[in-house]
Amino acid sequence: MLDKNGIAKRIAKEVQNGYYVNLGIGIPTLVANFVREDIEVEFQSENGVLGMGPFPFEGKEDADIINAGKQTITTLPGASFFDSATSFSMIRGKHVDLTILGAMEVSENGDIANWKIPDKMVKGMGGAMDLVASAENIIVAMMHTNRAGASKLLRRCSLPLTGVGCVKKIVTNLAVIEVTESGFKLLERAPGVSVEDIKDATEGHLIIDRAIPEMEL
Amino acid sequence: MINKKVANVAIALDGVSDNMTFMLGGFGLSGIPENAIAELVKLNIKGLTCISNNAGVDDFGLGLLLQQKQVKKMISSYVGENDEFERQMLTGELDVELIPQGTLAERCRAAQAGFPAIYTPAGYGTEVAEGKETREFDGKMYVLEHAFKADFAFVKAWKGDAAGNLIFKGTARNFNPNMCGGAKITVAEVEELVPVGDLDPNQIHIPGIFVQRIFQGEIYEKRIEQRTVRQRS
Repeated sequence: MLDKNGIAKRIAKEVQNGYYVNLGIGIPTLVANFVREDIEVEFQSENGVLGMGPFPFEGKEDADIINAGKQTITTLPGASFFDSATSFSMIRGKHVDLTILGAMEVSENGDIANWKIPDKMVKGMGGAMDLVASAENIIVAMMHTNRAGASKLLRRCSLPLTGVGCVKKIVTNLAVIEVTESGFKLLERAPGVSVEDIKDATEGHLIIDRAIPEMEL
Repeated sequence: MINKKVANVAIALDGVSDNMTFMLGGFGLSGIPENAIAELVKLNIKGLTCISNNAGVDDFGLGLLLQQKQVKKMISSYVGENDEFERQMLTGELDVELIPQGTLAERCRAAQAGFPAIYTPAGYGTEVAEGKETREFDGKMYVLEHAFKADFAFVKAWKGDAAGNLIFKGTARNFNPNMCGGAKITVAEVEELVPVGDLDPNQIHIPGIFVQRIFQGEIYEKRIEQRTVRQRS
C-alpha cells in the first residue's frame, strides 16, 4: 500500500518532457517533488503564475508571490505572471497538458466530486470546475477509501459534482485505474496489495482483463 | 493626458452608498485593495453585493466588511478561510453565490469588454449550471454566464500614474486587471503613484482608459495567508 508520497511518486511518472502541469492542493502538490530531473516541465498555478519554483528560504517570502493554495512560493527562470482571465484561458483553451487533482468521489463514467459536502463543507470550487471541464488529461490523486472505510470509486457519485465524464486516470494508495467507457479498468496494483484487496475497496464496476502487474516506483 | 488622480481614498470613494454592487480585486489576501476596504469599513455602508474571488479572513480583507455585517451578498469562487463568513452563510444572514474561478474572471472581463454573456464549459452538469441556458458547440456542452453589472470596481496595482495606467506585481495581479473598466467607476489604488511619463508604455498592463480614479494608498500591510518556506541545506 502506498502513502501520500508514494501516490505522488507514481503520478510523477505520468509527467512527460515539455508538459505544462497544473497541480491541485494536497497530494497533487507533492508530485512536483518527484518529477524526473532530466525533463523540462513547467508548473502552472491558476492564480496567475507559470514556472513555479519551490518554497522560498526563510526571510525571502513575498506576499505578492503565492500559489493557488495561498502559500508563498518562488519562480524559476522563464517564469511569467498573468491575470486570472489569461490563466483560465490557458486552462479552458487546453494549453495546460496535465491536470492533477484530489477528489472525494469518482464514478465509473469519470464524474468527479471534490468541492462540496452539503451542510458540512461549503467552501467553494475555486478553479476545479474550470480545470475538469476542459483538461484533456486529468489524473485524480486520492486514497481509495474514505476515513470511514467506504469506497471513493463509485458507480455514481453521491456528492455534488465538480464535472461530468472527465477523469481519465486515478492513482490511489492501492491501484492505478483507467476510466474507460465500460468502467474502472485496473492497470496496476500497489506494492503488497492484491487484486482482491482492490476489488473489495472498489464499489464501481472494476474491469480486470489481464494479469495485473505491481507498480514500479 | 486626462488626469485621474485624486488626493485620497475618501475622494476616491465618493458616491458609494448602501445596496451597491462592488467588484474587488485580489486572490486570497494578495493584491486586495486594502485602502478602499478600510474606507468602506469606515463609511459603514450596508446591503452590499461584493464580487470577489475570496472573502478575506476574519480580521483582514473583506472579512472586515463581514464583521460589520455590511455585506448582503457575496459572489466568490472560494470562501474557506473565514469563520464569520461561514457563520453568516449558515444562518442565512448572508447570501452566497459560488461560481467557478475562471467563470468569475470571465464575467468580469465580459463586463470590461462589452460582451453581455459568454459560454463556458465550466460547471456543465453540476448544480452551478442549474437554471442556466446551455448550448452545444462541436459536440461539447457549454453554460451561458452573464457579464457582471457593478457600480464600482476597486482594484490594487503596484505602480500607476495620473493617467490611470497600471502595472501589477507578481500574483497580486490576479483579478485586478480583469475588473478594470468592468464597473461604472473603476477606482485604482497603487503602492506607488509615479509622475506621468515615468512608466514605459510598453510595460503597462492596464491602460488608463479603464480607470476613472487613481490614488496612492497610505499603507499596505500585505498580509501573508500561508507562510511556507524551505530549509537551507
